[in-house]
Amino acid sequence: MAYRDEKLREEKVFKDPVHRYIHVRDRVIWDLIGAREFQRLRRIKQLGTTFLTFHGAEHSRFNHSLGVYEIVRRILTNFEGRSNWNPEERLLCLAAALLHDLGHGPFSHSFEKVFKLDHEDFTKAIILGDTEINQILQRVEPKFPEKVAEVINKTYHDKLVVSLISSQIDADRMDYLQRDAYFTGVSYGHFDMERILRVMRPLDDQVVIKQSGMHAVEDYIMSRYQMYWQVYFHPVSRSAEVILSKILHRVKHLHNQHYRFKQEPKHFLSFFAGDVTLTDYINLDETIVMYYFQAWIDEDDVILSDLCRRFTNRKLFQYVEFNPKQQIKESIELFQLFEAINLDPDYYLVVDSSSDLPYDFYRPGEEGERLPIYLLTPQDELQELSRASDIVESISGKKRTDHKLYYPADLIEALPDDQPEKARIKALLGLE
Amino acid sequence: MLLNHARLVRFFIDANSIVGRKKLQKMIYILKKLNLPFDEKFAFHFYGPYSEELTLRIEELCNLGFISEEKQDKGHYLQYQYTVTDAGLSFLEQAPDDLPLCKDEIELLKAQSSRFLELVSTMLFFDDLALEEVEKKVHEVKASVNYSDADIKEAWHFIDQLKEGRVH
Repeated sequence: MAYRDEKLREEKVFKDPVHRYIHVRDRVIWDLIGAREFQRLRRIKQLGTTFLTFHGAEHSRFNHSLGVYEIVRRILTNFEGRSNWNPEERLLCLAAALLHDLGHGPFSHSFEKVFKLDHEDFTKAIILGDTEINQILQRVEPKFPEKVAEVINKTYHDKLVVSLISSQIDADRMDYLQRDAYFTGVSYGHFDMERILRVMRPLDDQVVIKQSGMHAVEDYIMSRYQMYWQVYFHPVSRSAEVILSKILHRVKHLHNQHYRFKQEPKHFLSFFAGDVTLTDYINLDETIVMYYFQAWIDEDDVILSDLCRRFTNRKLFQYVEFNPKQQIKESIELFQLFEAINLDPDYYLVVDSSSDLPYDFYRPGEEGERLPIYLLTPQDELQELSRASDIVESISGKKRTDHKLYYPADLIEALPDDQPEKARIKALLGLE
Repeated sequence: MLLNHARLVRFFIDANSIVGRKKLQKMIYILKKLNLPFDEKFAFHFYGPYSEELTLRIEELCNLGFISEEKQDKGHYLQYQYTVTDAGLSFLEQAPDDLPLCKDEIELLKAQSSRFLELVSTMLFFDDLALEEVEKKVHEVKASVNYSDADIKEAWHFIDQLKEGRVH
């Protein structure tokens, strides 16, 4: 029997708190899960710094990847025998679902920003490079790794296949919303996924939703909206993210200044140089990063030591709301005051905006920006979701945006009361 | 402080005004591919390279009143026009940007249709592939838009023109 069609003698199941069971019957999928590069995802947290706000949020990208695979498996079971669906694409969909986050690095968001990297490039590199994953995919057929990479990169010719993994209602979002809600313990993020899966239909080059399922989709859109403001963009998690990114900036700066580290940042050297190899990338995970942060607490550089202590011991920055239109002069004055008290504002006075953590709200696809969610009417006509749903229309119009100014309240409070800058800083930050 | 916002405000000043969200997305992507310092992350979507980060940042600039967004009803679709405001100009005086001079490139891009910019940006997205492979890929991923060989030839010429402009 060809490797692509090979089945395990007995179905394997993973217990899962969100989907109850994850079912694996294909030998290829079982082998991919066992590959070194996939196992690495156990050491990358799904929600980065969110565990510092919601202590349960310790789940990994491994959990999520299995979840996305399981949702796609269920969708495809529902698609079996339907027109518009090519069953030959089944294994490709399952493999792409499982591997879609393979290139995520430790604390992805900050690492990507500071070192100008893109996890999607590394997903592609792992799939096409000299890796265990690549060897397994090659056994299916020589072109299979390329096809999987194209689906994940959203450049595969069959858009229907792409839309299962990446569209405005896809398996990725359906898993992470429920999984993140479960592990953070919040009551948002729940919706009737079984109902959505039952009303999904393949149509030409996209997945559409039977009109009768509109209310289940409304719930899903509302979950996305609430999870963004309540979990993903939580100001405390953002504070941790700000500190994390400043640690990376600081350590890079010190390296460029030939600072003599007590704990040499060996795992980071190629990141500083901008020539990260696949091996370096795969070798760096969150356990390694946290080891360095702990060690750097003992460095002589005061800024690096302080930032690492803050991140490790959760001594985060405080924040105030910031309106760049009305407060830009005040922020410039604050910048100067921080310099005057020898608190480097590049590290200790940080504006963070909602666009710094992009999260895709539902977009009705005006002017061909993004493909929207379409409802399939009983007359076989397509209707864009926000045109049919008042609820969706109300949250897909003008968006709430937000800017915050982060600062170390403890260091300001520790200034002597007779230091002239202290009162002015506190007044500008609204601390009096 | 707010450097990425300041760069976009500078872009709108240089462009005077931009009509169409798709056009705006493709223009910024192409400028980024010309190594201009736009930090917004792009990924391939149904209509070519698209950045959610850029969309959000534009929304922030509109909410702050630095950019005005006017909605025009074109009958079967809506079109958006973006123009910098006095508040935007004042913001830039206090929060300077570092966008290098690229008014010529912006003018050149602005004069094109969004359909053509979709093609150009898609071709640039595949710039790690060989020439023939890029064209094959465009026909594959843009089958519904039906670009002709003449369109693609024109796009290559346009890309050369843009790159040459940046070199000199």
